[in-house]
Parts: sequence; C-alpha cells; structure tokens
Amino acid sequence: MQIIQYLINGISIGAVYAIIALGYTMVYGIAKMLNFAHGDVIMVGAYISFCVTNYLGLPSAVSVVAAVVVCTVLGITIEGLAYKPLRGTPGLAVLITAIGVSYFLQNAAQLIWSSSPKNFTSIVTMDPISLMDGQLVITGEVLLTVCVSVAVMVGLTFFTSKTRTGKAMRAVSEDRDAAQLMGINVNRTISTTFAIGSALAAIAGVLLCSTVPTLMPTTGSMPGIRAFTAAVFGGIGSIPGAMLGGVLLGIIETFSKAYLSTQFSDAIVFSVLIIILLVKPAGLLGKQVQEKV
Amino acid sequence: MKKYLALLLACLMAVSLFTGCGSSGTTETTAAAAANETAAAGETAAADDTAAAPAIKIGLTGPLTGANSEYGLAVRGGMEIAVAEINALGGLQIEFKAEDDEADGSDKAVSAYNTLKDWGMQIFAGAVTTGSSLAIAAETVNDQIFMLTPSASAVDVAMTGSNVYQMCFTDPNQGASAAELMAEKWPDATIGVIYDSSDAYSTGIRDGFLAKAEELGLNVAVSDASFTADNKADLSTQVTQCKDAGCDLVFLPFYYTEAAQILTYANTIGYKPTFFGCDGMDGILNVEGFDTALAEGLVLMTPFDANATDDATVSFVEQFKANNDGKVPNQFAADGYDVIYALYNACVAAGIDGNTPADEACALLQEQFATMSVDGLTGTGMTWDENGMISKAPAAMVVTDGVYVPMG
Repeated sequence: MQIIQYLINGISIGAVYAIIALGYTMVYGIAKMLNFAHGDVIMVGAYISFCVTNYLGLPSAVSVVAAVVVCTVLGITIEGLAYKPLRGTPGLAVLITAIGVSYFLQNAAQLIWSSSPKNFTSIVTMDPISLMDGQLVITGEVLLTVCVSVAVMVGLTFFTSKTRTGKAMRAVSEDRDAAQLMGINVNRTISTTFAIGSALAAIAGVLLCSTVPTLMPTTGSMPGIRAFTAAVFGGIGSIPGAMLGGVLLGIIETFSKAYLSTQFSDAIVFSVLIIILLVKPAGLLGKQVQEKV
Repeated sequence: MKKYLALLLACLMAVSLFTGCGSSGTTETTAAAAANETAAAGETAAADDTAAAPAIKIGLTGPLTGANSEYGLAVRGGMEIAVAEINALGGLQIEFKAEDDEADGSDKAVSAYNTLKDWGMQIFAGAVTTGSSLAIAAETVNDQIFMLTPSASAVDVAMTGSNVYQMCFTDPNQGASAAELMAEKWPDATIGVIYDSSDAYSTGIRDGFLAKAEELGLNVAVSDASFTADNKADLSTQVTQCKDAGCDLVFLPFYYTEAAQILTYANTIGYKPTFFGCDGMDGILNVEGFDTALAEGLVLMTPFDANATDDATVSFVEQFKANNDGKVPNQFAADGYDVIYALYNACVAAGIDGNTPADEACALLQEQFATMSVDGLTGTGMTWDENGMISKAPAAMVVTDGVYVPMG
C-alpha cells in the first residue's frame, strides 16, 4: 500500500515537472534556445494568482486567467526586448541573456513582493480521496495536475500537427531559412511560441504552488531546472517526451527518497539520467538528428 | 531600431543591477560621516553634534538581498532600532553600517567585511548566517576585531577564535534541550525527525538531538528523513515516511518556510502528530496566506515572543512595525537588537569610544564578556562561556488559537 502512496506522490510532483518541461521543450524545439527564465515566469504567474485571490478577493478561476494573461504578455515582452535583437547571433549570447532575464525577474519580484515567503492557497477545494482506511490518500491537486498536464500535452500535440500556426512552428523548427522562403513569418511564429510557453508557465506556477504552497521569488528556479532536466530526459523538443520525462523524474525521485536514501536522492536521479543519455543520447523520445557536414 | 533595443536592454540590465544593491544602498545613510580620518573630513565631522565624543563604528554583514534576505533584513531592522534608541539617550553614540553578503560563504562575505573595515569599523556585529560568519570569523581573528554574531549558531563559529561570540544558541545545545523537553513532556512518544542535510544549522540541531535522545532513551523511529536546498520543492515523501512509521511527534529542526509546507501537506493527507520546531520556526504565524489553524498545537523553542506583554518587547515590536511596513519582528530581529545593547553596555563599562583602536577594543570587550550578564529581549541574565557561546534559558511555546502561549 505504501508503495502506491509513494507512486502517487511521485506522479504528483512529476506531473508538475511535466507541465514546466512542456514549456521548455516548446520553446527549445521551435526557437532552438534554452529559455532559462522559464522558471521565473512560473514564479510570476504564481504571484499574480496569489495577489488576485488574496488582495482583490476574486475567485481562483479568475486568478488563473489573470496569471495566464499577465504571463503571456510578459513572455512576449521578454522575447521582443531580450531575445529578438539577438536572433542570428551565436546561441551562447541568447543563453546568457536568458540567465540575465532570470535574475532580473527574481530581483524585480523581490522588490515588488519582498523576499518573505507567502503561503499559496491551493486553487483546489476538493477534499482528498481517502482509500483503504486512510492508508492511501489522493489529493485533489494530484488529480487536477495530472489531468491538466495530459490535456496540455494532447492539446499541444494536436496544435502543432493540425493547425496552420502549429505547422508553421514545425516548419520553423525544421529549417528556419527554408520556412522563411516559403513565406512563413519566422519572428511572429517564434513570438507565438513564447506566448504559448509563458501561458503554460502561468498554469504550471498555479499548479506548482497548489502542490507545494511556499511562494518566494526563488520558487521557480529549482523546479525550473528539474523540469529542464526532465525535458532533456524525455528528449528535448519532443512534446510527449517532456511529459514522460517529467513524470518519470518525479517517480524516480520519490522512490529513491523513500526506499534508498533521502540524502542521495538527487545523486540517484541524475545517475539514472546520465545512464539513459549514454544509451539514448537524444533522450527517451527524442529524434536523432543527423548532423550534415 | 536595433540601437534603441540595445539601449533598452542596457537599461533593463542596469535596473536589475540596482535591484541587487538597492537595499544595501539605503543603509549608507551615515556615509557622509564615514569619510576617512583625514584632516578635512575631521573638519566636516566637527559640524556634526557627535564631534564631542566620536561615535563607535559597529558593522554588520548579512543577506540584504537574495533568497535569505528575510533574515538579514530582520537583523538589520532590530539593530537599527537599538542604535536609534541608544543615540537618542545622548552619551556614547553609535554609528552603524550594514553591508550585503548575500549569505555567501566565500568571497562576497569577506569583501563585505573588508568594505566595513575600510569604513573604519571597530566592532563587528555579524554575520547573520553561519556560512558567512565562518568565512569572516577567520578574518576577525587575524585583524583582532571583536565579533558578536546575532544569529550564526554553528559551534564552529564560536570556536574560530577567542574574539568570536554568539548571541543565539549553538545548534547542538538547542537539539539537546529539545530532547530534554520531549523526555519530560512526551516520554512515550514515537518520534520522527525531518531535517535539511544541506544546512549546517539543521544538521547541527539534529545531531545534538539524536545524541541526547539516545542518552535519554527516547523512541526515535525515523531519524534520517532529510532534504536538501535543491530538492525541497517536494517534502511529501518525508512526511509519508513519518506517517508510515507511526510517529506521533515529529521534530522539524529547520526554518519556517519549509515547515509551512510540511504542515500544509500533513493536513491535506489527514496526518496529525504533534509538530515540534526550533527557533527557526519562529515567524510561521506571520507567513502571508498561511492558515494559522494548521499550526494549532505546534510546539516551538524560541527565545523571543513578539506577543509578550512586557514593556521592552511591546516598544520594540511597535518600532519595528513602524519601520518595516507593519511587519512583525521575529527572533532574528530581537537577537540583532540584543547584540547592539550587549555591545553598548560592554563599551560603556570598558570605556570604549570612537577613538579606541579596534584591537584594543577587542581585548577590552573580551574581558567584559567573560564576566558580564545582559538582560535583553531574548533572555534575562544572559552570560557567555570561555568559548564565546551564550547561556540562556530556552523557552517553549505552544501555538494556541493562532498565538504563542508559553508552555506550562
């Protein structure tokens, strides 16, 4: 029974990693850049939701919408101001800029909301389901997070394969120059990607803080890095890969904490990651791209 | 177009730089008086009313920005109140300056300390965190500058040199007193311990606790449920471990940020043991958005209670709130306040003023601290042993109806 409870705990945190990883993978797959500020957009989303419910007294559904709107605008602004001017420069310049944006967001949040932690009130009001005389507890947050992450994954897969904008995204991802020659507006496509990625970040922020209630300016950074790992694990650029990587990472982490050692859990998680990347360098579901010389 | 964007970017970066050092900038209100001891500066200082007896220069380093700024800002706030009170008395004046070390254990802490030395610091009243204190303590030994840290509680800090003193409990001592209290109040409890293995404070308390618990024959069922700074986003496994082991008393020797998370999760899964925290737990009731009902029955050991009704505490809390947007001071602020008063009393007794060289002041203060006893917000009759560790009674509080009530 215990093992199932740990499995549920693992899936719970894994599903949060998965949603964050979906944002990473979208942006990487299409814009070919690692947006290290993604974790901090998550934090902003959570703060917006917190403020709307706690200061304006509006229902949590409204707060989620507000967070999505603010984060989308923020994502587009960041992309326009910080990344667009660097398009065409070596990848390293954009990477460093992304780290700069991450610091900027953290410090700005500290100025606005101060560094003292806030306790996020979960948006889920459902009572936890208790099975087997309370030996097994499934919280509403787990159910919601899992449902939302699956829905987002299915939605994104459908979007990129069926819609016009989605197809344009895949074209940009495959060959930016050729896509441009075919009449695709590369800049607008990349901006759209950032908008979607940031909207996902807002949802991820609300779900992350519903599961783990502590909200601080640095809240997004560690889960962000874990989710990045999950995205690499699953094969960066692959949408189902991000989902699989996130959930697996959460489960491995929880099991190694529960049965092996809490102290070495990180070492175990990353050892598994290294072994998998040695066997499958492109990640679990990643596509091996042949480098043409 | 590209140029404008580049300019905008530059502005953004500049702004982010300012956010980094904004708070340390504001502390330099006394910077004008901090000019060197050149003749010209002496002239300008003469215009000041402190000219008669030069003020003692006391410095602090602590995390004023970054993830741990909560603690640094609290200590600074407490110290500023004490300095203002003392300076209003007339008599011996204090000039106070705080520098940001971002709780960094290496070069940042030492460079913050060096900045204070260049300013002419005579007594060092920091650092706030253990890591920074360890780095700086070694420097103060070389420079023979007296050091009284408000909140760095590791044993290693006090053991660095004979000039290093602590205002807070050492970690193992606190763990041992927790075990004694449990043996007295809950002798039959099944105890679980969750701790932060990446943090010296948490590990120190846990080690002291386990040693004492074994001696007293307490039943510790879970002793190795740990987390680190990198994986503390999810603490559900550790709580589940304690629940499965049937623990009815869970010891949480770490800060309230993570404790709030544990209390929330335990409540969600309907696990209701007695939770027992240390001084780092102080502040949990003031976390914005935290449902204080979850902390009902929580036991914590803290030397400071912001709800106490004695005049000193009431006046301190009022002033702190007025200076810090209505924020309630925690134990860090109270420790900071007591540090300034302890130093002030010792300086008055030893006849130290702004003209005393730092190394002479250091020797005189060591003599004072060996024998003196201080009453403050965090205890009465506080004394120090030959290693510089403090001796004061820990007070246990129980959260009842959302406020601390001293434990009977």
